[in-house]
Amino acid sequence: MDLRVRALETVLTEKGYIDPTALDALIDTYQTRIGPRNGARVIAKAWRDPAYREWLLRDATAAIASLGYGGRQGEHMRVVENTSDCHNLIVCTLCSCYPWPVLGLPPTWYKSAPYRSRVVKDPRGVLADFGVTLPEHVQFRVWDSTAELRYLVLPMPPPGSEDLDEEALAAMVTRDSMIGTGLPLAPPAAER
Amino acid sequence: MSYISHADMGGAPSRGHVTPEPEGELFHAAWEPRVFAVTLAMGATGAWNLDMSRAARETLPDYGQLSYYAIWLAALQKLLQERGLVRPDEIARGHALHSFAPLPRRLATADVPAVLAKGSPTERSVAQPPRFAPGQIVRTRADAAAHHTRLPGYARGRRGRIEYVIGAHVFPDANAQGLGEDPQWLYTVVFDGGDLWGDAVPGLCVSIDAWEPYLEEA
Repeated sequence: MDLRVRALETVLTEKGYIDPTALDALIDTYQTRIGPRNGARVIAKAWRDPAYREWLLRDATAAIASLGYGGRQGEHMRVVENTSDCHNLIVCTLCSCYPWPVLGLPPTWYKSAPYRSRVVKDPRGVLADFGVTLPEHVQFRVWDSTAELRYLVLPMPPPGSEDLDEEALAAMVTRDSMIGTGLPLAPPAAER
Repeated sequence: MSYISHADMGGAPSRGHVTPEPEGELFHAAWEPRVFAVTLAMGATGAWNLDMSRAARETLPDYGQLSYYAIWLAALQKLLQERGLVRPDEIARGHALHSFAPLPRRLATADVPAVLAKGSPTERSVAQPPRFAPGQIVRTRADAAAHHTRLPGYARGRRGRIEYVIGAHVFPDANAQGLGEDPQWLYTVVFDGGDLWGDAVPGLCVSIDAWEPYLEEA
């Protein structure tokens, strides 16, 4: 595969269609600058700032852009909020649509047949694969990203996080909790 | 001519377990990031659009056997060869051997941040008002499209409720076929699990984002 890809890259470079250093810049961007820590900052701010949370739920694209995140594969955003009664999960059953500016590139499982086939039918079973069990009464809402609207889950803040600042809160926000296949981490015990 | 998407997986039976993965594991072989980046850079040339690229991937006969970035590579080669931009002997030799046409654009290194930050918004303005309103009950089209479409098989011929009017957006069914953007109103349509699956778990709702031509009054 390595040789085949290198051959194609060389042909396209010789034809002037691509610039290899632009490829390096693209890869570096998603390896170092655009990833789930961006989304974690959005969520932490929403947990701390009720006006921001309200804005995020009403106009996610603008509220996220105010923190400097947006563009490719996040041109149009919607944030959906978990409650004690309703748990949200995001999927793209047709390909791999995913909110890049806030979560980076999708994990392998998000693009895989097991996740795409099962989550629209059996979200509770999928959560079990992640070791997550929710109370019996919780209802599930699955958002299938079939158009160019990209979704992000606003999880519930973990118990015991009331006194944390935004930076500490962001460290509790996992990638999976923003897709709906996980829950935020529990905060470290407060020092006495 | 029939059109078969091998990517439409929602509700397909017995696909096994989901394997979690730690954050930060973006690629699993050295060639994967190169395929990712070449695909983005070629997309930026304007040689094809996003919907054409999705159509090229989902119609690969061996889609189900290929890894994710192997799908991207196969579709990229298909798009290049269909347009005469690269020929098989060039890939075999690893060099440009034939004369070639220039493309509209080339992604320059200095432009990468701005191009990513701009993205490709798909919202457009249209003259006509939306046909459906939030709360309205609709039925999705039952027939299979003979071209690329974004109405998943599991949501065909189903009763659902309009939840949001998202806006007018580029219509992938037309755009993938090179028929122009043909913007159409886009809605979030929500279905009760029981209207999708015979054995649905209680308390499940699933939504899709559906363009107006996918919908009719129930």
